[in-house]
Amino acid sequence: MTTTVIPEGMPQYDDVPRFDVAAVRADFPILDREVNGHRLVYLDSANTSHKPRQVLDVLAEHYAMHNANVSRSVHTLGTEATEAYEGARAKVAAFVNAPSVDEVVFTKNSTEAINIVAYAFSNASLRPDADPRFRLGPGDEIVISEMEHHSNIVPWQLLAERTGATLRWFPVTDAGRLDESGLEELVTERAKIVSLVHTSNILGTVNATARITERVRQVGALLLLDCSQSVPHMPVDVVDLDADFIVFTGHKMCGPTGIGVLWGRGDLLAAMPPVLGGGSMIETVSMAGSTFAAPPARFEAGTPPIAEAVALGAAVDYLTGIGMRAIQWHEKELTAYALDALATVPGLRIFGPAVPVGRGGTISFALGDVHPHDVGQVLDSLGVQVRVGHHCAKPVCSRFGVPAMTRASFYLYTMTEEIDALVAGLEQVRKVFD
Amino acid sequence: MQLDQLYQEIILDHYKHPHGRGLRDAEDPQARVAEAHHVNPTCGDEITVRVATDGDRFADISYDGMGCSISQASASVLHELLTGRGAGEAFVVHQAFVELMSGRGQVTPDEDVLGDGVAFAGVARYPARVKCALLPWMAFKDAAARAGVGASPTEVKA
Repeated sequence: MTTTVIPEGMPQYDDVPRFDVAAVRADFPILDREVNGHRLVYLDSANTSHKPRQVLDVLAEHYAMHNANVSRSVHTLGTEATEAYEGARAKVAAFVNAPSVDEVVFTKNSTEAINIVAYAFSNASLRPDADPRFRLGPGDEIVISEMEHHSNIVPWQLLAERTGATLRWFPVTDAGRLDESGLEELVTERAKIVSLVHTSNILGTVNATARITERVRQVGALLLLDCSQSVPHMPVDVVDLDADFIVFTGHKMCGPTGIGVLWGRGDLLAAMPPVLGGGSMIETVSMAGSTFAAPPARFEAGTPPIAEAVALGAAVDYLTGIGMRAIQWHEKELTAYALDALATVPGLRIFGPAVPVGRGGTISFALGDVHPHDVGQVLDSLGVQVRVGHHCAKPVCSRFGVPAMTRASFYLYTMTEEIDALVAGLEQVRKVFD
Repeated sequence: MQLDQLYQEIILDHYKHPHGRGLRDAEDPQARVAEAHHVNPTCGDEITVRVATDGDRFADISYDGMGCSISQASASVLHELLTGRGAGEAFVVHQAFVELMSGRGQVTPDEDVLGDGVAFAGVARYPARVKCALLPWMAFKDAAARAGVGASPTEVKA
């Protein structure tokens, strides 16, 4: 390895924020367990992350001490629960630099968040008096990419079917980058919504969105970014991104399952018709008809996942305490290490960017013609947990001509020793299937 | 070691040297030919199983597909076990295999019935892989039904 000397006065290598990985690992009880007689090597954080004690404690404490329904009770417990729930909303808003707390809608997950936007379009399209930005019909276009998770494909396919709009998509290059060469032809005045993944869950690619945002603004469309794989791993600032909506999910960022987030510009959320009807989302109800609450309540019908939201707030505190810049840098180093290490495995082919630039710590690969199920099974016998299959991104698998991939993904608690264990495990796979 | 129970030598042999692979036309032009294509949506494994039958006997069972070692070896074993068998007999073997795979490792397989299929006993301990092993067998049952040869209704359980 060559060492590059950075000129004095420039930011030095040691200036990057760091944290003590061993200390962080001690916060995660699950990392102490064994799997199949081996120390757990968890390389599946893009699937779901583990939860630190600080989050688990808050979850238990909420049920043990503050349990009550929110936004409807005058009693003390109800007030405490409501304050905790709304407090979590404020934490999440600050975490992504949302201009207003009311722009944060709690959902079940990213999938539900995307569906809320898609169904708002659908519902608006049925009402002539709805905001024209949300009205879709034949001739209008929805633009996504070939790189999307199924959760950012299927809702739009269904929306296109319901409204007669046309679904179009950005292709993916051989290197696993978004192919923006046809941007002007793809995103035109006919486009009403452009919905793209920020960081790919399968290729690891981090999409540079500035050029696309500029084009989206030019043609007057709306931009949704699926930040499920970026918000947990890097600082995300909605003002800086200049998106109209972003979605992400709690369980991938040290929070519990069952809680996700839709962030939307205030004026857009206010213009969106409701999707789920029920309690908590109304202004007034009579037998003749109802009027609806302002966002975010308008999109949170029924009793929400209260304890999960509160615990997500604790996860945000935890991540903020360590620092998202530091986490991003840690993962960048891991990714560089892993790309080098995996390159030493004979017959291994990486899908997606081969350099640790514009990519996150999610690396998918093929090992010769050994099926990923078999790769994953042998690795599991050694305690190494990776994901195998199509990763809910079948079009990406088709794009690269494989039915499935093996994926290793990292997080703040991942160590280089675990990448070594993966590489050693892949040698074992080769022995079994040679 | 656990892994050896899953990847028995017999399974790896069938995977590396599959028997009867490739879709074939029926030798007898009078034969009833039907096929079924099954996929495992969680992993993308695919298999097409084709049967040629006179209604009583499976003159040929051919297949093609892509997938993991378990699903592909299972197809090879199925071909070997059931080709040339009478329908009644074939479904007895089919039922025994389905029972073995649904048994969570608690079923002791009968080698006289299942032949190389006994090697899949270890797979039954891995719930995530049971579907892989069953994929060709379920496709076979569908193909047989399409060719007008049905299994007895008690056998439908997996």
